[in-house]
Amino acid sequence: MDNKQKLELEIFAAQIRIGVVEEMKARGFGHLGGSLSICDALAVLYGAVMHYDPKNPQWPDRDKLVSSKGHAGPAVYAALALKGFFPYEDILTLNQPGTSFPSHCDKNKTPGVDMTTGSLGQGTSLAVGMAVGDGIKGRPSRTYLIVGDGESNEGQVWEAAMFAAGKKVKNLFWLIDENKKQLDGTTDSVLPLFDLREKFEAFGFEALRVDGNDVEAVYNALTAPVGDRPRAIVLDTVKGRGIPEVEQMASNHSVTTDAETYDKWLAVLRAHLAELEERRS
Amino acid sequence: MKIIYNGEQDARLYKKVLGGIIESLLKEDENVIYFDADLSNCIGTARLIQEYDRAINCGIAEANMIGIACGTAAVGFKPIVHTFGPFASRRVYDQIFLSGGYAQNPITVIGTDPGITAAFNGGTHMPFEDVALYRAIPGAVICDVTDITMLESFLRTAKDLPGVKYLRVGRKESYPVYAPGTELTIGKGNVLREGTDAVIIATGIMVHEAMEAAKKLAAEGVEAAVIDPYTVKPLDVELIRAWAAKTGAVVTAENHNKIGGLYSAVKEALEGEAKVGYVAVEDEFGEVGPQSYLRQRYDLTDEHIVRAVKETIARK
Repeated sequence: MDNKQKLELEIFAAQIRIGVVEEMKARGFGHLGGSLSICDALAVLYGAVMHYDPKNPQWPDRDKLVSSKGHAGPAVYAALALKGFFPYEDILTLNQPGTSFPSHCDKNKTPGVDMTTGSLGQGTSLAVGMAVGDGIKGRPSRTYLIVGDGESNEGQVWEAAMFAAGKKVKNLFWLIDENKKQLDGTTDSVLPLFDLREKFEAFGFEALRVDGNDVEAVYNALTAPVGDRPRAIVLDTVKGRGIPEVEQMASNHSVTTDAETYDKWLAVLRAHLAELEERRS
Repeated sequence: MKIIYNGEQDARLYKKVLGGIIESLLKEDENVIYFDADLSNCIGTARLIQEYDRAINCGIAEANMIGIACGTAAVGFKPIVHTFGPFASRRVYDQIFLSGGYAQNPITVIGTDPGITAAFNGGTHMPFEDVALYRAIPGAVICDVTDITMLESFLRTAKDLPGVKYLRVGRKESYPVYAPGTELTIGKGNVLREGTDAVIIATGIMVHEAMEAAKKLAAEGVEAAVIDPYTVKPLDVELIRAWAAKTGAVVTAENHNKIGGLYSAVKEALEGEAKVGYVAVEDEFGEVGPQSYLRQRYDLTDEHIVRAVKETIARK
């Protein structure tokens, strides 16, 4: 990846983060921490890796993205809006009555969202099934699955992992957003997950660990040639990434605050974006 | 509608025909895909898993199987999944409810060995609540199978329908009611026998018991009609209300808990047209034993229906 492309992806990630905070500011609350941790991976996926058509969201041969951590919806919505699936201002209706942008991803409400998720663990099997189906149909599609580390407490995650590896579902890419926190505290304090990369390796995946907030590292992990096993990528991330005050909160899973605070956070994100754009010119 | 019931068992067992029906659907429709959870040998589909890339054994991981199936539905397939009834309902309820129903990924679920047909597998394998669970899923279609003709008709229709479709069926004997090739209509009940004193509404293995009960009642001068609603949901409310009004006495008969199944559905449908009695499991867990013992143990015989009909008529 050249520096120019890297900078563009960093700019895209910064824009997604701003979108996330603007959505939450409009409603006053939301799943902030886990949306911010995954923005860099989403920027790489929608900015450089996935094949899709914003004018034809149901194109059968597209690559699919399943955010099994459905509460990262606000980050997915921002990425999709920035890529032209719908007007940007629409995402500011997050969680308003009748909205197409609910807390958790819903494929029947939001153009570009490929699967309905929210009950943790279920998106894993659904994503594997989509990859299996596309494989049988002979489509070139790949399915990119994003799973939370806390979500990986769910037994269904491991059933799906066993299936994907055992049946060699190679058009599936399994990303774990290892942001090290879940609702009640750190993953270690709630239910230790041990080494997730080793676990996926043991399950039969080609398993990598990369800095999940580094667009170049994520890009390289996603685009390296595929072998005969599905690939799992543990994304080493920070929950609340991009806003130091949020990163340092003990509990940032769901945040409720006032417009003034949101504006303060937006100023931090916009200053970062301005820096990046400065480097562009 | 040709009714061929004569009280004699079908020479074929369900488990000997299920594999053939599923294979014909795989052959006729390139979008049909079949999943099992390590029970394909129990219904004769093991060969399909060897021969078709659209027949997949998911192992003993039912929740994952439902998710995988719903995932294939999202990319254009029409999944049919099979496991035993308790695992096809209780164990995967959230997956069926959300990955299937809520997410609008159409799925057809076959749950074998409903209620007392689980026999020697005992209480852990004996679902008396699966219909109740599926009824609570918005838009779900539920069929408690009466005979092999119904089994085939349901699967042929259900695979193309949106939403969650649940079929409960035994693996052993049945009593032919419908002429082979009959195409039944979802939501449309069938009058198997006419009668003026009472109407018995029965599903699944209780249809045979109801027909036998009606014969016994007729010998005593009581004329009971018999209706097979085909689908418990959607229920043929119009037909049931008409016959309730005509007879003034309704008795339901089901191989299921009294709570949440056919009896509940019929009670919800009626608006005071008739007195209503029931033959059903009295809010109990299952237990092990031969089916012949269990039908006595849980009061699911033709004699119990006869008694319930008389009691209900007496309350008119």
